[in-house]
Amino acid sequence: MQYDFNFAGLLPYWHTFLDGAVLTLELTLASTVFGLAIGIFCSIGSRSRFRWINRACAVYVETIRNTPFLVQIFIFYFGLSSIGLQMPAAVAAVIAMVINVGAYSSEIIRAGMDAIPRGQIEAAECLGLSRPRIYWHVIMLPAFEKVYPAITSQFILMMLMSSITSQISTEELTAVANNVQSETFLSLESYIVVATLYLLLAVVLRLLFWLAGQLLFRRKRVITQAQRCSASVGNAAARKRKAVARKLPAVTIRG
Amino acid sequence: MDSFSSVQLLYLLKGVGWTLVLSLISFALGSVAGFVVMLARVSVHRPVRVVTSAYIQIIQGIPLLVLLFIVYFGVGIFGINVAPLVASAIALMIHVSAFLGEIWRGSVQAIEKTQWEASECLGLSRWQSLILVIIPQALRMSLPPSVGYLVQVIKLTSLASVVGFVELTRAGQIINNSLFQPFLVFVLVGAFYFVLCYPLSLWSRAMERKLNVGNR
Repeated sequence: MQYDFNFAGLLPYWHTFLDGAVLTLELTLASTVFGLAIGIFCSIGSRSRFRWINRACAVYVETIRNTPFLVQIFIFYFGLSSIGLQMPAAVAAVIAMVINVGAYSSEIIRAGMDAIPRGQIEAAECLGLSRPRIYWHVIMLPAFEKVYPAITSQFILMMLMSSITSQISTEELTAVANNVQSETFLSLESYIVVATLYLLLAVVLRLLFWLAGQLLFRRKRVITQAQRCSASVGNAAARKRKAVARKLPAVTIRG
Repeated sequence: MDSFSSVQLLYLLKGVGWTLVLSLISFALGSVAGFVVMLARVSVHRPVRVVTSAYIQIIQGIPLLVLLFIVYFGVGIFGINVAPLVASAIALMIHVSAFLGEIWRGSVQAIEKTQWEASECLGLSRWQSLILVIIPQALRMSLPPSVGYLVQVIKLTSLASVVGFVELTRAGQIINNSLFQPFLVFVLVGAFYFVLCYPLSLWSRAMERKLNVGNR
């Protein structure tokens, strides 16, 4: 069966596609910033001494992680409006995304914090650092550095997940494709265009996150550089030592 | 207006059944495809590795929802009237294969190189050492993340509701259309998903803990 692709028919709509992509990016940005904040608070809360804070954080994370995003969105948009809390689709979408990504990033950050060796925290206590300073310098920053790749890929997944908000008529990229295909009947073409745009956004975001990581974690960069340096220096030293060792037996025999 | 009764509850339970069916089908198909993806990712031939890596990048960069639409309409234009179940199973299979392939590649590559060398010394071919030595060890390591991904798959099947497959979420929507009690219905739907997913999450975490005992 032959099918003639007609991408030219979509050209008049390039502006709508662009608008959709911009809204997708805005949703992603908002959920990244606020989701990260929630994630940090919740990961600190889940290490708290108070049992009920622990429990509350665990319940929040497990509930969100074990239910589909689509259902969460329906609860926030349709469910809350039926009990008197009405909000525009875009707002409901952002809130649902923030709550969702907050739970995931909290779990990731908590894993990073658990990976901090106990001795480092004790050392900081011995040095007389105050609790907030210990949290910030000894636990938070190194943990964040450690989980940075995992957390950024979670944000990129969130960008892709934002496509689901089209189901409550947020006018983002996928919703644009839905509208365009119902006007032009070029369904396959519209979705291929949108898929390409998502792919492009994902690649660009990954690049941006990588660059931001390079800027943010200068310490890490310096450390890896130093390691590489010392490794090469070490190799040179080892080579020298080997050369000496090769000479040594001869000397001892002669002696 | 009707109120929520056992009729609706039964309908939701039927939706749970279809969610399970779709999850199992797509996880089974996805693991077969993912296994092939994993094999291609650790292949000795560079072009095979590059092509598979591109495939993974592309699939992981496209939302499942859009992939679902592409499959649904893409198969449709060939004049085949595809059932929603088939379309969503195909889309999920493609999506799952990319992610599972990547998970399994990670665990295969986490096996020490000395294992490869040892099996080479024993005179095993590359295939023999992969099947007999490497994969059995990698399997143990990959079990917790695979079960964790099964939870993801169960949640992702909710997207099949968009193309009209009546699973749990779609059943909830249909009931909501007749009762108009969205809060009750969707919280209930969410609770059903939670009941399906939470034990698996716990199991995955318990296995992970057991596996990490040696490393601590």
